[in-house]
Amino acid sequence: MRDPLSNKIKKIEPSGIRKFFDIVSEMKDAISLGVGEPDFDTPWHIREEGIYSLEHGRTFYTSNAGLKELRSEITKYLERRFGLRYDPLHEVLITVGGSEAIDGAIRAMIDPGDEVIVPQPCFVSYEPCVVLAGGVPVVIELKEEDEFKLTKQQLLDAITEKTKILVMPFPNNPTGAVMTKEDLQDIVDVVLEKDLYVISDEIYSELTYCGNHVSIASFPGMLERTIVINGFSKSYAMTGWRLGYACGPRMILEQMLKIHQFAIMCAPTTSQYAAVEALRNGDDDVEKMREAYNQRRNYLMRSFKEMGMQCFEPFGAFYAFPSIKEFGMTSEEFADKLLHEEKVAVVPGTAFGASGEGFLRISYAYSIEDLKEALARLQAFLDNHRRK
Amino acid sequence: MSVFDMQEKYVCMEGNMKKQILDAISKNSRFSTEDLAAMLAVEEEAVKKEIKEMEDANVICGYPTLIDWDQTDCEKVTAVIEVKVTPQRDMGFNKIAERIYRFEEVESLYLMSGGFDLMVNIQGKSMKEVARFVSEKLSTLEYVNSTATYFVLKKYKEHGLVMSKEQHESERMLITP
Repeated sequence: MRDPLSNKIKKIEPSGIRKFFDIVSEMKDAISLGVGEPDFDTPWHIREEGIYSLEHGRTFYTSNAGLKELRSEITKYLERRFGLRYDPLHEVLITVGGSEAIDGAIRAMIDPGDEVIVPQPCFVSYEPCVVLAGGVPVVIELKEEDEFKLTKQQLLDAITEKTKILVMPFPNNPTGAVMTKEDLQDIVDVVLEKDLYVISDEIYSELTYCGNHVSIASFPGMLERTIVINGFSKSYAMTGWRLGYACGPRMILEQMLKIHQFAIMCAPTTSQYAAVEALRNGDDDVEKMREAYNQRRNYLMRSFKEMGMQCFEPFGAFYAFPSIKEFGMTSEEFADKLLHEEKVAVVPGTAFGASGEGFLRISYAYSIEDLKEALARLQAFLDNHRRK
Repeated sequence: MSVFDMQEKYVCMEGNMKKQILDAISKNSRFSTEDLAAMLAVEEEAVKKEIKEMEDANVICGYPTLIDWDQTDCEKVTAVIEVKVTPQRDMGFNKIAERIYRFEEVESLYLMSGGFDLMVNIQGKSMKEVARFVSEKLSTLEYVNSTATYFVLKKYKEHGLVMSKEQHESERMLITP
């Protein structure tokens, strides 16, 4: 029999998180600081709108780009929150989560051999998506001493004649790093000078704890060379609804729409109706959840300080990225031992790229009570291993 | 003194810290001052000071516990009573309200807009006890013109918390990207 598989897909490693997930699933009574999704339920008025749409038989396809109503709410939202102005008819595409938007944006812009700069540690999908599109990922290893921000020099060093796209994953999963307006200005200068395009994954844009998120697309000259990716999963606790969107220049969006049209058709209709409600009446929910995350973040940082766990202060998303270098273990060893000895699941930093070595991703999308229990176990683990 | 100027001064929610403390302990009054300090990224002394101030100013009036008595073998009966009264000169509703809320059985008492004046929440050991309270104590008060009593059959939610035995099991996977 012939090999049924494509060489391209065979070469792609399964997500490093997957492997760890399988180990954790085997452990009974493990508690976790390992999730990348909110612990809140979707606010009831949003769920109720989904139910209402089902009751009224709104169970058909929407247009490929998504409900006009929703696209229009999205453009209003982006303008009021981040000062971004898009045309709802031609510059917005509703996708199945931010993930589809990432894939579509890369596929719409990359020819074989084109280079895409991916700053790591970062979300797991950019690199494989680039490879699947025939592009060449060029990894920049972000540094703890830079608070895991992308610096101008790092970017300049990574650019070649083939560089076409820069992926900007901020606020960042897994490090919690954010890029301020000043930080971004440096990057914008290079992008404009070198004629690059940017895919800016801003899925955590509502979860910043030190001033509002600034979108790179809001700089002069950047709107026409940036695809902004966002969605409902993190800000409205709607991960399971699978709803995201991409906004950008019409020329690029038209091509993304073709990929979306043939691969997906349209995003789930029920989710789209619920999302309209989220954007119209959900500002208070976002605010409340942000405040809760911030309290947990504060709590976590104080606990780290007390237990002598070295960690730079994360100002975005709901992750902390402490260093475990003093223990002389790899991230995977550390996570593995922590799981087996204290039954606490965390994700090794290396799941988000080689530069995550020596770090753990700790999620604080948990109640204070849960955090307290998990941190007590972590403390016991640290005590044991420091004595040795 | 009218109903609406009983409050002499408002407690300022300056710096948002008082508000954040109240938001946190309104859901869980058992947060320690140490935990609150960590959550708000301030010193524990500052939290203690703010709480003391709010206790003194009667912003924080107490720390009761939400109990679902239906889950115990203690018999409790709850009723809501609509009361129509005649307001008194110079006293308005306050005097008659006080006569009512001083009864131990009264859980809560509100002055209402609409078709009646006072809403009394009352808890007793049995229907008989509640009935006796209404017929002997409440309706015989001077200035009380009429009452209508409704017994509570089941409590679904109180103080923002769902009173259900079923634990809300998290369906989140343990590890996700």
